[in-house]
Amino acid sequence: MPIKSPFHQRTSQFCQSMNWKDWAGYYAVVSYDTNHEQEYFAYRHAAGLMDVTPLFKYEVTGPDSLHLLSRIMAKDINKVKQGQVTYCCWCDDDGKILDDGTVSCLSQDHYRVTSAEPVFHWFHQNARSLKVTIEDITSRFGILALQGPLSREILTHAAGGDIASLGFFKLIDSTIDNRRVTITRTGYTGDLGYEIWCENNDALVVYDAVMESGKNYQLIPAGLAALDVARIEAGFIMNGVDYFSANHCVINSRKSTPFELNLGWSVNLNRDSFIGQQALKKEKKEGSLWQFVGLEYDWDAYEKIFANFDLPPQTPAQAWRTAVPVYNKNGKQIGRATSGAWSPILKKNLALASIKTGNFTMGDTLHIEVTAEYERQLCPVTVCKPMFFNPDRKRD
Amino acid sequence: MIKFVSKPKTSSYDAVIVGGGHNGLVCAAYLAKAGKKVLVVEKRPLVGGAAVSEQIAPGFIFSTFSYVVSLFRPHIIRQLNLVKHGLQIIPMETTYNPIPGDKGLVRWADAGRTRHEIARFSQKDASLYSEFGLAMGRLSRFTKNIIDTTAPQPASLNPKELFKLLKMGKIFKNFDGNMRYLNVKLMTMSAIDFLQEWFESEPLLPSMAGSGIIGTFMGIRSPGTAYVLLHHYMGEIDGAYRAWGFSIGGTGQISLACAKSALSFGAEIITDAAVDHIDIKNGRARGIVLENGDDIKAGTVISCLDPNRTFLKMVGEHELSENFITQIKRYKNRGSSGKVNLALSRLPNFRDGRPGQHHLKGDITIAPTIDYVERAYDEAKYGEYSKRPFLNIVIPSLSDPSVAPPGKHVLSAFVQYAPYNIKEGADKWPDKREAFGNAVIDTIEEYCPDIRSCIIHKQIISPWDIEKMTGLTEGNIFQGELSLEQLAFLRPVAEWSRYRTPISKLWMCGSGTHPGGGLMGAPGELAAKTMLTEGGV
Ligand SMILES: Cc1cc2nc3c(=O)[nH]c(=O)nc-3n(C[C@H](O)[C@H](O)[C@H](O)COP(=O)(O)OP(=O)(O)OC[C@H]3O[C@@H](n4cnc5c(N)ncnc54)[C@H](O)[C@@H]3O)c2cc1C
Repeated sequence: MPIKSPFHQRTSQFCQSMNWKDWAGYYAVVSYDTNHEQEYFAYRHAAGLMDVTPLFKYEVTGPDSLHLLSRIMAKDINKVKQGQVTYCCWCDDDGKILDDGTVSCLSQDHYRVTSAEPVFHWFHQNARSLKVTIEDITSRFGILALQGPLSREILTHAAGGDIASLGFFKLIDSTIDNRRVTITRTGYTGDLGYEIWCENNDALVVYDAVMESGKNYQLIPAGLAALDVARIEAGFIMNGVDYFSANHCVINSRKSTPFELNLGWSVNLNRDSFIGQQALKKEKKEGSLWQFVGLEYDWDAYEKIFANFDLPPQTPAQAWRTAVPVYNKNGKQIGRATSGAWSPILKKNLALASIKTGNFTMGDTLHIEVTAEYERQLCPVTVCKPMFFNPDRKRD
Repeated sequence: MIKFVSKPKTSSYDAVIVGGGHNGLVCAAYLAKAGKKVLVVEKRPLVGGAAVSEQIAPGFIFSTFSYVVSLFRPHIIRQLNLVKHGLQIIPMETTYNPIPGDKGLVRWADAGRTRHEIARFSQKDASLYSEFGLAMGRLSRFTKNIIDTTAPQPASLNPKELFKLLKMGKIFKNFDGNMRYLNVKLMTMSAIDFLQEWFESEPLLPSMAGSGIIGTFMGIRSPGTAYVLLHHYMGEIDGAYRAWGFSIGGTGQISLACAKSALSFGAEIITDAAVDHIDIKNGRARGIVLENGDDIKAGTVISCLDPNRTFLKMVGEHELSENFITQIKRYKNRGSSGKVNLALSRLPNFRDGRPGQHHLKGDITIAPTIDYVERAYDEAKYGEYSKRPFLNIVIPSLSDPSVAPPGKHVLSAFVQYAPYNIKEGADKWPDKREAFGNAVIDTIEEYCPDIRSCIIHKQIISPWDIEKMTGLTEGNIFQGELSLEQLAFLRPVAEWSRYRTPISKLWMCGSGTHPGGGLMGAPGELAAKTMLTEGGV
């Protein structure tokens, strides 16, 4: 049985649809309404408030904190200054990715890490002989993600401190209705947004205060279904969907490396040693087997596939995550699309995919499997960078 | 923001488009994309025509005229990169019919919830509602085919034309007997008669029938209005068939996105530049002359103005045959609608006992009974505006907070009937405007008693004002009624439904051409594509 997050009293009150799922052992709202559309548009045009408490959260403290994190992370955490947050991934000795998440630097000996999966053991194992304390704080803190173009206004009203000038991937300690919170300018929607950390006991007070100041900005509670569409538009990968943690892979070919997932930008190779460094250096030199790309369906062709059955084009109502094969123009399978969605604001059908290196270049046309009237069909797709939507306001 | 200038860079173009309505801009974008040197000439300081967003009071942005989007063609959005140029549409989820002292009727996106709502008024109607939607959905596929292609020419012997007719015939043939009858009924009946074959209760009936009369000078009991209902089931947002949506930033954002797209392909746009007439010699258009006397040469002139203004004012009767002139004069422009835009200090209270604001996010239709709507029409027939009009209200700030200051709102009321030809004469509208606005606010007050205390600013637009501001003849919102005898191969007149005109090198691209009015961009697109394939430019 999943457990209730510290915001459950409120989220359950708003969740008219009773549409819940189990997210890392917590009850999480899929959509508050019978469909997720309003919530999606709130993320893009106003603001949505989401309970992201189920993220795994760790506190790393002590003089060797930095040492530990730069040993584990593929990114050079030495570069992360106090008050900064960074997105990063970490690998096993073979350079195969284990998970991705964020590291926040509260001070030089105090960090917070979020992850999709439990990492306590991995961190602990690598901390031997270091002066650090690793604490699983998952069940001590609640996190709210406030995402959308109006999130800054809402938070400026709700929270103390200078929210207006809080930069992209920066954090501040603040208060909301006299409760202590940490606010990071981060999120998973690819839009302007913030995440608010608070102690469990303060959760409801903080939730109410944010909702109250969101009243004039059309803030609504939003769920995972809407988030899934937003994160695909933003091209954000998901552990367990677009790649599998090496821990879970029975066969080697299932594993991925940061370079193969288009996360090369988050790998700093030339520095003190970190886990997977040798393998990643080698891969960098010799090239990667796979590339992570975006695919845009040729909509006219897509419509035609359905028109051949005298049907209007059908797109799944929700983002999908059952992988489908991708072929080159000769009909040879060269990869797989791992998740996708119809983008309501881009008016495009999108997918994220892993394609074998050497079989394509950006802008090429490949073919993806589409099922129409129970029959398998091929639809042309254009290969592009895996970032379909990237508004200036995200960073401004 | 883009700044427009009012002087063209050169004095000669491949194509000059008269009027920067959204169709003119779409047409310009397609032609420029094909490498043509294009100039759009707009008389107002801003582009968009009947699709403009204007700041009427500080911080309040109104969609001055058109206020919701339904049929904008998704392929145009893709082909012209309109999203990149700022176009975003949010679907509207609800339709609300308030009734004083009652909860009223809300139709939600959620079918089950809608059924429960309708069942409060009639169990039978609740049961039939979704089946009706399915039947209409099937029929509208037939119609959708029509709006995405140029009008078929039934009198033509060209195999392509015959094929097009055949294709439609095939869809029609695939309908079973019932569907075919339904189609014929739609073409001939009044909205109310047609709906009464299915439903029995108010306010469901008048509210559904309302969509059959928008933009027409007909009542819900007038034959032919049933067909327009179908348009509601044809709306297509995100590839899915759905009713209506809001354009973020108001409907002007649609025009701006089209303008930016056209500019990105190299088109030029000038504003504050009214065209006086089209320069014609020996039956051939050669360019335009501006009101300031400047003349601009063009290989082809394309008019985005309505047929009446294009031929009777821009071309001149002396250039055209008597038969053609008669047909243009017969083409119905009867303006019948007005608009009241309100800036509100807070959300008015509908006193319906419904919690929250969700049910106010879509459109709010004031049409409590069949007689109410028909009575509103009765007054119009005799040259008066309705004292208790049919209203289609939206509060877009509930979905798009960017159009009003925090906590404040914009309310747009589309009003029918406001006949252009009031019995005192159309030019007496300025004297009647205030009283007309008051009748609308009085009507809203019956549902929201506190409405007057919420109003910070109001803008009242009569059909006479629509004509003055946009050039739409008689203020007809669709550049001519969308009645059956003025659609498809009959729009604007028989033989001239393919964007061509009797004047060589003069083409049309506005809502007065197939497939007609509304924010869809289709006339502009189809005109451009026809010109490009038929050597028109
Ligand atoms: C009050 C109102 C409400 C409406 N509501 C909706 C709605 O909610 N949804 C919907 O889909 N449709 C609605 N419509 C209809 C829709 O807005 C129109 O069908 C559509 O915008 C017409 O576009 P167009 O480009 O064909 O022509 P227009 O918008 O009419 O463009 C013509 C352009 O030509 C310019 N012009 C005129 N004379 C000259 C001249 N002499 N020289 C240079 N330029 C000139 C005008 O300023 C204008 O910009 C509404 C219309 C009105 C008036």
